[in-house]
Amino acid sequence: MKDLRIQGLKKSPWVFHVAAASCNNCDIEILDLITPRFDVERFGIVLVGSPRHADALLVTGVLNRKSLPRVLRVYEQTPKPCLVIGIGSCTCDIHIFKNSYNVVGPYGKHLPVDVFIPGCPPKPEAMILGIVKALSKL
Amino acid sequence: MKIAFWFLVFPGFLFTAIVGMLLTWVDRKVTARIHWRIGPPWYQPFADFFKLLAKETMIPAGTPKFIFLLAPMLGVIAMTIIAVMLFAMNFMPDKSFVGDLIVLIYLLALPPLGLILGGSASKNPLSAVGASREMTLYFAYELPFLAAILIAVIKTGGQIRIGEMVAFQQLYGPILYSFSGVIAMLISLFAMQAKLGYVPFDIAEAEQEIMAGPLLEYSGVALAMFKLTKAMMFFILPCFLITIFWGGLASRWAIPKLLLLVVLVILLKNTNPRLRIDQALKFFWIGLVPFAIVGIILAFYNL
Ligand code: SF4
Repeated sequence: MKDLRIQGLKKSPWVFHVAAASCNNCDIEILDLITPRFDVERFGIVLVGSPRHADALLVTGVLNRKSLPRVLRVYEQTPKPCLVIGIGSCTCDIHIFKNSYNVVGPYGKHLPVDVFIPGCPPKPEAMILGIVKALSKL
Repeated sequence: MKIAFWFLVFPGFLFTAIVGMLLTWVDRKVTARIHWRIGPPWYQPFADFFKLLAKETMIPAGTPKFIFLLAPMLGVIAMTIIAVMLFAMNFMPDKSFVGDLIVLIYLLALPPLGLILGGSASKNPLSAVGASREMTLYFAYELPFLAAILIAVIKTGGQIRIGEMVAFQQLYGPILYSFSGVIAMLISLFAMQAKLGYVPFDIAEAEQEIMAGPLLEYSGVALAMFKLTKAMMFFILPCFLITIFWGGLASRWAIPKLLLLVVLVILLKNTNPRLRIDQALKFFWIGLVPFAIVGIILAFYNL
């Protein structure tokens, strides 16, 4: 039974998109994933509108003083088990915002992120690869 | 023992759930093909369901726990009972009783009631908006839907026993093959679309405006039950229409008819934009009700 449930989680990860002050380029690239060209519904990946339905959070953008509490709140509201996937170089470190007064540092310091997908923005192929890697960790 | 088997396995819970989920897959696959995508594999709805069972069920602070968790069950229970009743009446007409049509109509009101209860109980402004829209939508489509069923009742000479209605159709041909029958079927197709909450009537769950409406705060098992209700409804509602208007389920042509209705729903879903709630109300009350009255008059003249 437990095995069946893990299989279910692997086969149908519903993702919620948390745009934490990104420059919007990563977000547009995420939307590419559900276009006919990449069609991630093949793998059961669906974009959902509420963090309560989500199994994976796609976070984009650099964390700053304003967005950190909100991202944490969304993470707390997501039913566990859930994955956190950092999309874009902004999530890996501080990226081009070095020396900014407002930035509170990389995601790794605040959230248990499962995979980082670097790129500015990353290619959709890279995102699919990253999500597959995160799922194979389960 | 036999009754338990009826309710739990065939044609009750298990059978309806499995067929309904397969039909949900047909829906997703056909939708994907219309978008020139490939679409999910056949086991996708089952994977979704088991995954949701494994997830944590969160109850927002300050909600009435009992109602919050009861709401998703209402629909599943109602759909199970409807499935058993429908199949019993079609295949064993002597099991039918006077007024079972009315019982079925009331049971069909339970899934929207579950959504309204759950949405209002979850203490979220967007859920409340969704619940109020669901309520308006329910009142909108119920009137023409009842009028359409009334046409069938008049044509069978005032029968409110489904067994008798099916027997009548087997004797004199389906109700659909007449002017008033076509009108009744068209109206109930739109009502079915609205009951299922599919585009153009997915106003209550409008993903882009109010995220998921009444389902917004649900997670885990409770959400799985809502999804299951929808899947079961996708199988039961076409069966109901076939029973009332199109000659009953006990015939060779029942399965092609069912698939035809399902594909019609999917095509309607994929070729229309969402209506606003006031537009939907106007469509049903000002657009369809006069149409239904014409149908009732025709039915009195036996056309
Ligand atoms: S990684 Fe690049 S594209 Fe993505 S949000 Fe940051 S700056 Fe924008």
